[in-house]
Amino acid sequence: MPRYPTPANAPPKVRVVTLRINGQDVSAREDETILSVAVDHGIRIPSLCYLEGLTAWGACRLCVVEVAGIPKLLPACSTVVTEGMVVETNSDKLKRYRRMILELLFAERNHVCSVCVSNGHCELQNLAAECGMDHVRVPYRNAPYEVDSSHDFFRVDHNRCVLCTRCVRVCDEIEGAHTWDVMGRGVECQVITDLHTPWGESESCTSCGKCVQVCPTGALVKKGTAAGEMEKLGDFLPYLTQMRGKQ
Amino acid sequence: MSATEKITLATAWLDGCSGCHMSFLDLDERLITLAELVDVVYSPIVDTKELPQQVDVGILEGAVSSEEDLAKARMFRERCKFLISLGDCAITGNVPSMRNMFDLDEVFDRAFVETVQAQPQRPTEGLPQLLQPVRPIHHVVPVDLVVQGCPPSADTIWYVLTELMAGRAPDPTQITRFGA
Amino acid sequence: MNLEELHDLATQAQAKAKSQEHHVHICMAASCQSSGAADLQKGFTEKVKQSGAGDRVCVKGVGCMGLCCAGPLVRVESTTAGGESHLYQHVKKDDVTELYASIGKKPVERLECPTDIPFFERQQRIVLENSGRIDPEQIEDYIGAGGYRSLVRALTEMSPQDVLREVSDSGLRGRGGGGYPSGLKWATVARSPHPTKYVICNADEGDPGAFMDRAVLESDPHRVLEGMTLAAYAVGAEYGYVYIRAEYPLAVERLKTAIRQATRRGLLGRQICDTPFSFEIEIRLGAGAFVCGEETALIASIEGQRGQPSPRPPYPADEGLWDCPTLINNVETLANIPAIVREGGQWFRSIGTEKSTGTKVFALAGRITNTGLIEVPMGISLREIIEEIGGGIPDGRTFKAVQTGGPSGGCLPEEHLDMPVDYDTLRTAGSIMGSGGMIVMDESSSMVDVARYFMEFCMSESCGKCIPCRAGTHQMHGILAKIARGDATAADLQLLEELCEVVRDTSLCGLGQTAPNPVQSTLRYFRHEYEEKLKADPFAAAKPATT
Repeated sequence: MPRYPTPANAPPKVRVVTLRINGQDVSAREDETILSVAVDHGIRIPSLCYLEGLTAWGACRLCVVEVAGIPKLLPACSTVVTEGMVVETNSDKLKRYRRMILELLFAERNHVCSVCVSNGHCELQNLAAECGMDHVRVPYRNAPYEVDSSHDFFRVDHNRCVLCTRCVRVCDEIEGAHTWDVMGRGVECQVITDLHTPWGESESCTSCGKCVQVCPTGALVKKGTAAGEMEKLGDFLPYLTQMRGKQ
Repeated sequence: MSATEKITLATAWLDGCSGCHMSFLDLDERLITLAELVDVVYSPIVDTKELPQQVDVGILEGAVSSEEDLAKARMFRERCKFLISLGDCAITGNVPSMRNMFDLDEVFDRAFVETVQAQPQRPTEGLPQLLQPVRPIHHVVPVDLVVQGCPPSADTIWYVLTELMAGRAPDPTQITRFGA
Repeated sequence: MNLEELHDLATQAQAKAKSQEHHVHICMAASCQSSGAADLQKGFTEKVKQSGAGDRVCVKGVGCMGLCCAGPLVRVESTTAGGESHLYQHVKKDDVTELYASIGKKPVERLECPTDIPFFERQQRIVLENSGRIDPEQIEDYIGAGGYRSLVRALTEMSPQDVLREVSDSGLRGRGGGGYPSGLKWATVARSPHPTKYVICNADEGDPGAFMDRAVLESDPHRVLEGMTLAAYAVGAEYGYVYIRAEYPLAVERLKTAIRQATRRGLLGRQICDTPFSFEIEIRLGAGAFVCGEETALIASIEGQRGQPSPRPPYPADEGLWDCPTLINNVETLANIPAIVREGGQWFRSIGTEKSTGTKVFALAGRITNTGLIEVPMGISLREIIEEIGGGIPDGRTFKAVQTGGPSGGCLPEEHLDMPVDYDTLRTAGSIMGSGGMIVMDESSSMVDVARYFMEFCMSESCGKCIPCRAGTHQMHGILAKIARGDATAADLQLLEELCEVVRDTSLCGLGQTAPNPVQSTLRYFRHEYEEKLKADPFAAAKPATT
């Protein structure tokens, strides 16, 4: 993911701390998160709900890391670095946990890659490959979800939604429309437009398409795409936030 | 090298599109090399009708959708020393499992009545009982190796077979994935 | 109001009570009300009216008397020297005439409930000191019992730091379950230079079988208000919220009444006791989501957001309600504060154990003779609670396990009964103190069913934000149901154990992190019950990679 220069109006006096990630000494601004420091230093930490430019959500739990002296695992996306922190991002235990989290996700809804418009361009699919999740041990839930094609340009297929809420956050924080939100609880959760009206009838939706571009899977897609044809352009987001920061 | 010293290989096609077997045939000239090392003792691509009691390597394509699939998967597990799930249908249920969200009645009607013009009717005999839900093979019997892909490429299959023959444990996750 | 005026009010209230020879106290907490206590109060009031004895006999609805299994409970007391006090159990509408006639004469033996039993004698009441004695709907009763004295004295004679010091000295730990030292939490909020701070009372009690907070709020609501106001004074907050579940309508009503009365008396609101200190309390009703008892979810709910937790840090003490420093304490924690300020932190520390000071309120439920509400000093053994105070297991059955801490807690077997009840020992044994629910089980309970029940609870109460809790509790529940049906194999049990570990270690908030506890603790102590239900795996010998 490209990095952009610090905005001119950023607070000037930020201290620098040093810490250690996977045995590598790194330095960072004291207000940075473990994840952003890791990205800066080319250390890969798997994540799904996190997206640069949106507020951290801390829900997918794929980015949890071990920090020496802290008994709990901490989400790298929302844990700020401290001086002398010793971080481990890829222990056997973490790898095992990430695999299981991915298994839980794949079993939760229909994530059949072969017939998905996002096949080959899907963050969930890539994560499974990256984390070596090659089969799901828990039973599949087989719960049917609707596909809403009422919007003129876009489609939402809830069967492929992972509830990362990137669409909710980008619509609220960047577009300012807050068309998307979440209803229900537990496994019954679902993203909705307005007060659960069909997307095409939403009065608040501006049809900007940002939600589609930030969606990591084939849940939010452009209409008219066949299997494997839906490629997302997520890079606009950091650029957009950067440019707005300059104004 | 006598025929009895060759590695014995059995393959079967459960609920799937046969694409994984097609991909196997895509080994092309490597099939000749393979034939020198391996004896295919049971497969849709050979004539044998019976699965031998003892097989070295078994490969299953497709998901477990019917009583027949289930029986076959169990028989393969019992008779094969090393069992491979080949392809996404075998590993995740894939496309066949998309019927899990519907009632079996709806599935039958869609397949044999709604979309059929000449004599629409449900088959009554000679068909194995369908199972609900469709399951991956490893949810029914234990499997020793899964090879993802829809279908897994011939190169992937070749890598897996050659590694096994060399006595190594292949890790196909480096070269294939779901939907590949 | 200053101390003298408060003292005068208290004396008046006491004198009024003394002026009436006989007092009839009817328990009007939710449990007794549901078995007909309101009719009793009406009946007694009519009797007094008919006989014109209003100046001699006082009929009063009071809060929880504790022994819920014997309700409705009625206490008849005489204020004269050597006056007797009799407690009556299972009182019915038809008994009112007989009971009323007996006042001042020979007690009605067939209804009498013995009060010299361990249930009453082994308790030590701080939080519940007024419970069952005062009318929760009359502020005068609370003042007469010494209420609001701590607050008025603190505002007029103590600095906020003094109050904070007493709380720190007391060693009080959060009674909502976590057991975090209250003094530290208060100090963090007090230290912040932020101009706006909040105090929140967490009354979103949701553990199955737990009703401690409800009883406190129904029996002595002013005590909680006084505790909150003292907390606000100590940390420098001007606004407070009581977040209470809408399923507690009686507690909500009594809280509303209490807030109105306290405000009218100048004990709440602007310039309390004519000092510059102001504190206002609003009630927020929770719509029944268990996860809203988690502090960040509770704050989101008060803010009008979806009630789901967010990662900590930032902790609410640093950035809480509307990003302001916020002190969140549980009802019972706050109800301890007036006593701590009154008697001093050292006094509180002298009760209980070194690291778990004071007392704890428990709700006894399940297969136990005396179900109800008790308050005991920390460090008491589980055996004393269950066998002595609780009266043991009824119907000649034998004890099997006690579940403490609700869906986040664990099941402890017979061999742990002599363990002292404190935060750290319970944790070592694989359970938690929790908010104070205690469910006793006899040999007829299947531990797999118990684990499945609690998992079903966590599954349906998961907010759905983080994947391990949302999907993990669903899968664990599925495997537990499969085991209970007798369809599971050893491989399923192994998968269940792995799921437990992942959900515990990776979930976002306490709900998910503790959801596996009932499974893990029953597996630790009753593993054979799981294994007995497993079926043979025909392919177990294959030992392949995919199981």
